[in-house]
Amino acid sequence: MTEEIIIAGFGGQGVLSMGKILAYSGIMQDKEVSWMPSYGPEMRGGTANVTVIVSDERVCSPILNAFDTAVILNQQSLDKFEDKVKPGGYLLYDPNGITKKPTRKDIHIYTIEGAQLASDMGNSKVFNMIILGAFLKLRPIIDNKNVEEGLRHSLPERAHKLIPLNMQAVQVGMDNVKEA
Amino acid sequence: MGELKLMKGNEALAEAAIRCGADAYFGYPITPQSEVIEYLSEQNPYERTGMVVLQAESELAAINMVYAAGAAGKHVMTSSSSPGVCLKQEGLAYIAGAEVPCVFADVVRGGPGLGTIQPSQADYFQNTKGGGNGDYRNIVLAPASVQEMADFVPLGFDLAFKYRMAVCILSDGAIGQMMEKVVLPEQKKRLTEEEIKAKYPWALTGRKRGTQHRVITSLDLDSARMEEHNRALQRKYDEVTKNEVRYEMIDCDDAEYVFVAYGSSARIAQKSVQLGREAGLKVGLLRPITLWPYPTKAIQSLIDKGVKGFLSVELSCGQMIEDVLLACNGRVKAEHFGRVGGIIHTPEEVLEAMKKQIIGE
Repeated sequence: MTEEIIIAGFGGQGVLSMGKILAYSGIMQDKEVSWMPSYGPEMRGGTANVTVIVSDERVCSPILNAFDTAVILNQQSLDKFEDKVKPGGYLLYDPNGITKKPTRKDIHIYTIEGAQLASDMGNSKVFNMIILGAFLKLRPIIDNKNVEEGLRHSLPERAHKLIPLNMQAVQVGMDNVKEA
Repeated sequence: MGELKLMKGNEALAEAAIRCGADAYFGYPITPQSEVIEYLSEQNPYERTGMVVLQAESELAAINMVYAAGAAGKHVMTSSSSPGVCLKQEGLAYIAGAEVPCVFADVVRGGPGLGTIQPSQADYFQNTKGGGNGDYRNIVLAPASVQEMADFVPLGFDLAFKYRMAVCILSDGAIGQMMEKVVLPEQKKRLTEEEIKAKYPWALTGRKRGTQHRVITSLDLDSARMEEHNRALQRKYDEVTKNEVRYEMIDCDDAEYVFVAYGSSARIAQKSVQLGREAGLKVGLLRPITLWPYPTKAIQSLIDKGVKGFLSVELSCGQMIEDVLLACNGRVKAEHFGRVGGIIHTPEEVLEAMKKQIIGE
């Protein structure tokens, strides 16, 4: 099993930390992982993206041009990465702010109302965990208990009291992902 | 087994420095290696092991602090990125002339000059062929993973003290910024003053009444002695070349065409090998781990086994290709491929270049 994922959105949406939690959860499930961010001027106010690879084998290139799954959180990222999903792959996006919907017919396209659901939960910060839940529903590569362990390892100790809320958000994401 | 963590390459390098018992780090921040000094500052190494971490006023100051601490037999390191490493070259030439052990990391970014903050491998010449003045060499280790960023710090110190010379850990923005799983070694104790005195009889540890004072310098105005000093350095470099070449071969057993790549390019080329094999091409990868001394004989042995051509893949306009061409000595075709300016080649591009430039389609 090798899952090559791009997560892309605005800086501040929790793109990089979602990738980190996914990667740590992968480690908890004895997988090989890599986390390669875009860094530098791109991060300041513009788009932020991270390539995460979770695999049973040693990860070769952490930098990729084609992905099994694209998790897309804004229009610029959709424009940039829709073409980079492998045929038969998955594209998951939050329709909030998307004016030009994806058009490909050779990939599986799903939506998750992450921003809306986070606001319904009363905490905009769980947005990225809702997205992570939606992703894991589509690509069940990691068990929930390892996601919880991944959170424990990637969050500082003072934030550990928020783990139950984050796991609740993962569940909300799993329950609300829809075929587009 | 040590502790398993998810870390950035730069953080793994910093943590490894604390754990291997380094005495001091002197540095100055610059993207994309600032996490090294950030991490060290956060970790309070002085409280953990007594290790000194100091942000110097400049790269020049930092490398001269390294020179002095190394002369006192301390395990000392510094790190920077390309423009900062330029500033350190004078100090590195002094360190080579005075035979002072130290480790320095270069997390390379695009150049020339201030260039860009994105990844690059265009400082191969600078680090493997000199950079400073005079007939000298530095051992150059090229990590291709976060694990190797951690592993090469203790290895670098071992080699630096074995041969009394500088060891460069030549990384780049991609390896420095990416996170991977890393197994960290157990904490080692720093050497005591007595252990330093016993292990390193050359070190400046303070003259006692009745003993000769020791001198560590790169200056000697007597030409005959200077010639002999240079010859001795060369004999040492010959020993390093004989003993310390390191490399990895991937899918080379039956390969007809081989990528030669180090660091982040080696990771990308490894994917190109996978894609090539899926398409029925007999391709492999030679990954130099030491860039100096260079695995010249490994390339020659591949030609002896029937390899028909090499593609040197590097985030540069073509630097390592010169060492590949020297090793090939005209026997088979070898060319360079690489994106520059902070753009990173994709595995598909690299495979395409192999087909077009070397295999010939």
